[in-house]
Amino acid sequence: MNWSAVWSIYRFEMDRFFRTFAQSFISPVISTSLYFVVFGAAIGSRIDQVDGVSYGAFIVPGLIMLTVMTQSISNASFGIYFPKFIGTIYELLSAPVNFLEIVMGYVGAAATKSLFIGLVILATSTFFVDITIQHPLAMIAFMVLTCLSFALMGFIIGIWAGNFEQLQLVPLLVVTPLVFLGGSFYSISMLPPFWQTVTLFNPVVYLISGFRWSFFGLADVPIALSLAAIAGFTLLCLGIIWWIFRTGWRIRQ
Amino acid sequence: MAMVEVRDVRKKYEGGFEALKGVSLQIEEGEILALLGPNGAGKTTLISAICGITQPSEGTIRVGGHDVVTDYRAARSLVGLVPQEINLEPFQKVADAVRFSRGLFGKPRNDALVEEVLRKLSLWDKRDSRVVELSGGMKRRVLIAKALSHEPRVLFLDEPTAGVDVELRRDMWETVAELKADGVTIILTTHYIEEAEAIADRIGVINKGEILLVEDKQSLMTRMGQKELRIELAEPLDAIPEPLRSFELARVDEGRSLVYSYNTTSERSGIARLMGQLTDAGIAVRDVATSQNSLEDIFVGLVSAQQTATPDAPDGACKTAGAK
Ligand SMILES: Nc1ncnc2c1ncn2[C@@H]1O[C@H](COP(=O)(O)OP(=O)(O)OP(=O)(O)O)[C@@H](O)[C@H]1O
Ligand SMILES: [Mg+2]
Repeated sequence: MNWSAVWSIYRFEMDRFFRTFAQSFISPVISTSLYFVVFGAAIGSRIDQVDGVSYGAFIVPGLIMLTVMTQSISNASFGIYFPKFIGTIYELLSAPVNFLEIVMGYVGAAATKSLFIGLVILATSTFFVDITIQHPLAMIAFMVLTCLSFALMGFIIGIWAGNFEQLQLVPLLVVTPLVFLGGSFYSISMLPPFWQTVTLFNPVVYLISGFRWSFFGLADVPIALSLAAIAGFTLLCLGIIWWIFRTGWRIRQ
Repeated sequence: MAMVEVRDVRKKYEGGFEALKGVSLQIEEGEILALLGPNGAGKTTLISAICGITQPSEGTIRVGGHDVVTDYRAARSLVGLVPQEINLEPFQKVADAVRFSRGLFGKPRNDALVEEVLRKLSLWDKRDSRVVELSGGMKRRVLIAKALSHEPRVLFLDEPTAGVDVELRRDMWETVAELKADGVTIILTTHYIEEAEAIADRIGVINKGEILLVEDKQSLMTRMGQKELRIELAEPLDAIPEPLRSFELARVDEGRSLVYSYNTTSERSGIARLMGQLTDAGIAVRDVATSQNSLEDIFVGLVSAQQTATPDAPDGACKTAGAK
């Protein structure tokens, strides 16, 4: 293993994060506050409780997941797309590194950033609602795994994208709808039976459900299924990336 | 054992264009090879294939005895690449960019070495500047510093002096000479024939994905040093008179001219003696002219010979052949 290369890439990516630290910190704080004002105050005054949890607290895991997923994707996809765009990727391709080292550097950094933002949101939300976390370790584990797997997906998007529009396309057209429809702001049980079934085809449901379980001990789907879903998703992304580097798809002409 | 061994390498790009058509090349340890060729000849493609940036469609490449595909880690850790295009992170600081390259190649942090490299390339004063704040020539030197930061044994310089002023060009040649003294093998591409003459040990000519010639610079220079003196006579000669037989003379143009071949690299040309003998023999001379075979002639000759051999080739590919 070329750990030095992993560390170099990781540090380089984190440097970019620290250069814009204030921005990275303030924007999630503001957007979280807005969500609480809109969802918590406006809707929360009508929906009192969901499964015995106050609505304001109920949306916290979904809110964290929503941000963490989109941030992981955009960080990682931008991270690898940019060197492709400005041509500095030549150095990665000519260096004695394998795909795993490159992925660990970029995905590790992207996941770190979104994990940080996730924690900022969690901290911000304690100013608005009372939150008790029943399974803190599971909560952290779910959050870390989500950051990693969505950063992996972002990495794939970054390699696939041929221009900046495509870079935005998948997050905008696929991920955001899946997350919104995945029970971020409601419980699946609130839907009519038909839509409940449809929702079960949405992979994000399993992640949000598992994450919410770690907070409140209640879940839409069995926790084992949630774990399996996130593990499967991570493996799928890793497999695709392994194939990309083997064939040189979209990176080596 | 050759330091770089390229065997029967072909490269077909997506879309079917064949940029390398069976290239074989051996580069010995510690030598400087200059690759000359017009735009689109395949120089960058060849370098990219050796460095792992493109995958050859056919053939094998070894660096230091390691196959660049199956044993890429060992092969690539020997290689430094200075690309043709200026590809740099705009907001990175110079010193960070150089350190990054070293780390990427798995070498432990070594600030003393980074300083040495930056000083050698006159970038030390700019170490804390961001790349966007540098001039074009400075950016090119940053690329070189990045490549040198991981102490490569083989260095590829893809048109290192394109867009670089005369002084800096000399500096670069000096840097190259120092690296050679340390035993580094250097492959550089260039459009400047003088550049190849100035620093290379061997010169290769590539055009349309084929290597046309790889020759020792010295023997190429000897060939180039060959000059011809054309002597136009007042009266045609039926034969070369006896006293002039010791000279390498040819009777041309039905005896109206004599052509004398000599070599500028030899100590005396013999021209003065020849002219004296002509006068002694009572042969009147109307005019004289000399012509020289330059590397450029050889280069242009090779490229245009190949051009006529493949008339169906798209034009434009060779328009700049011989352009300096
Ligand atoms: N990614 C690519 N896809 C398709 N064709 C390519 C690609 N890169 C290069 N080519 C083609 O391959 C040929 C060789 O290109 P290459 O860059 O190797 O030339 P070169 O000798 O380096 O030229 P120059 O002196 O202009 O740098 C050219 O005809 C070019 O159009
Ligand atoms: Mg080129």
